[in-house]
Amino acid sequence: MKSTALTHVHEALGAKMVPFAGYNMPVSYAGIKEEHQAVRNSVGVFDVSHMGEFILKGERALELVQKITSNDASRLTEWKVQYSYFPNETGGIIDDLLVYKLDGDAYMLVVNASNIEKDWEWLVVNNTMGVELHNISDKTTLLAVQGPKAAEVLQGLTAIDLAEMKYYTSEKGVFAGAENVLISATGYTGAGGFELYFENEHAELIWNSIFEAGKARDIQPAGLGARDTLRLEMGFCLYGNDIDDSTSPLAAGLGWITKFSKEFINSANLLKEKENGTQRKLVGFELIERGIPRQDYMIVDGNGKEIGTVTSGTMSPSLNKAIGMGYIDVSSAVVDSEIFIVIRDKKVLSKVVKLPFYKSN
Amino acid sequence: MNLPDDLLYTKDHEWVRVEGDIAFIGITDFAQGELGDIVYVEVETVGDTLDAEEVFGSVEAVKTVSDLFMPVGGEVLEVNEGIESAPESVNSDPYGDGWIVKIRITDVSELDGLLPAEAYKAEIGG
Repeated sequence: MKSTALTHVHEALGAKMVPFAGYNMPVSYAGIKEEHQAVRNSVGVFDVSHMGEFILKGERALELVQKITSNDASRLTEWKVQYSYFPNETGGIIDDLLVYKLDGDAYMLVVNASNIEKDWEWLVVNNTMGVELHNISDKTTLLAVQGPKAAEVLQGLTAIDLAEMKYYTSEKGVFAGAENVLISATGYTGAGGFELYFENEHAELIWNSIFEAGKARDIQPAGLGARDTLRLEMGFCLYGNDIDDSTSPLAAGLGWITKFSKEFINSANLLKEKENGTQRKLVGFELIERGIPRQDYMIVDGNGKEIGTVTSGTMSPSLNKAIGMGYIDVSSAVVDSEIFIVIRDKKVLSKVVKLPFYKSN
Repeated sequence: MNLPDDLLYTKDHEWVRVEGDIAFIGITDFAQGELGDIVYVEVETVGDTLDAEEVFGSVEAVKTVSDLFMPVGGEVLEVNEGIESAPESVNSDPYGDGWIVKIRITDVSELDGLLPAEAYKAEIGG
C-alpha cells in the first residue's frame, strides 16, 4: 500500500487510517462530525495527496485537452481552473477532473486517486499529437485547506493576496518559505478555501506552518469521512458512487460542463442523448421518516415499483437530516415528489429536494 | 480500552449486563470507536422473541451501518429511549447511557457461550 508524504504525521495524530485507492489514508481524527463542523465554521486541512496530477506541455497540449475532456478548455486564460470530465466512447465517464491552465502552453489535469492508472493510459493512447506528458502524482503533495477562515489562516504564510483570489483561479509562488507552491482557490467542500500543490519534500514544513498559523482559529485536520459528508451536502458527485464508466454525464447533471461548441470524444453521441433526453436523472432527496440511505439501496414509488437506486447517502452533520443522491426515472425526478428508499426491506418515505442540500449564508 | 469486568462480551462487539433473567445489551467501547460518530440506532423488534445471533436492530454511523445481533435468545422488552434523541451517547457512554435494549433471556445457560472481559480483550487484540 502507498503512503503520502504525511502518512506518518496522520498516524502520530492518532487518525483512523483506512486503505483507499491503494493509499493508507486518514478517514478521521477527532470524529467526522467535529471535523465537518470545523470546515463549515472555521477551517480544516485535508491531505489529499493520493489524487493524481498530470502535466501536459507543448504547442498541441490544448488540442489534446480539448479532445479528451468535455468542458471547453480554450476559454481558460493562464492560472484559471475548470471542472471537467473525461467521457468514454460508450456514453459513460472515465473520471471527473480539474483542468489548470499553467504558464505558457502547459496544462495540469488533477484526477481521482482510484483512476490514476486508467486516466494516464487514456491520456497516452489519445496523445496522437506528440504532447509532452508527465505524471507527477507520486512526487506531489496536495493539501486542501477549507473553510471560511482559510484565507486569514494562510495569509501570513504568503505574499499572494489570498482574499483577492477568485474562485477557480490559481497562482504560483512562495508559501511558508517553500518555492513553487501552486495555490488554488478551489475545493470540494462548498466551504471556500484553497488547495495547495507542492513537492513532497516541503510536506511537513507546510503542514506544520499551516497548523501553527491556524492555532488561534481552531484549525483541525480533517479526513476522508468529513470530505465525503461535506461534498454530499453540496450535491457534488463522487466518482465510484454517483458517476462511473457506465453513468451518463447528462443524467448526472454534468450538462453544464459538456460543451458542444467543440468536438471531443463521444461528443456526437452525447449531443444525440441530450436531444433525446435521458431516462433517469441524478437527484437529491431527504428522508422524511427515520433511516439513513446508503449506496445501492433501492428507490421505489408509492406502489413499491422500482424507480431508481441510491448512489450516496449519509446523515448530514450540518442539517441533521438524512440525505442522499440517486438516479430515478425522470417522471419522478421533480422537486417535492414523494419517493421511498428501501432500507432493510422497509419503505422509508422521502422527497426529492433541490441541490445543494446545504446553502451557506 | 474500557472493558468493565462485570459484563459479558460477544465476538460481534456487544456487551451484556445480566440481572437475573434480564439482560441489558449495548456495543463495546471498541465497537463505537471503530464505527465513529453514531447518528441513529434502529430497533423495531420490541415485543419479539428472537434466537441467539438473530438481528434485533442496527447502528448507523456517519459512514457505515452495522447490524446488532442477539447475544443470547430472548424477548426484546424495551429499547433505550434516550438514544432515540441522543444517539451520540452510544459513543460517549457505551456501557451506561448508551445501552441499547433490555431483554428477557430465554435460557440463561446460553450465557456460558459469552466472553468474559479478558477473553474479549484478547479477541480485539488488546
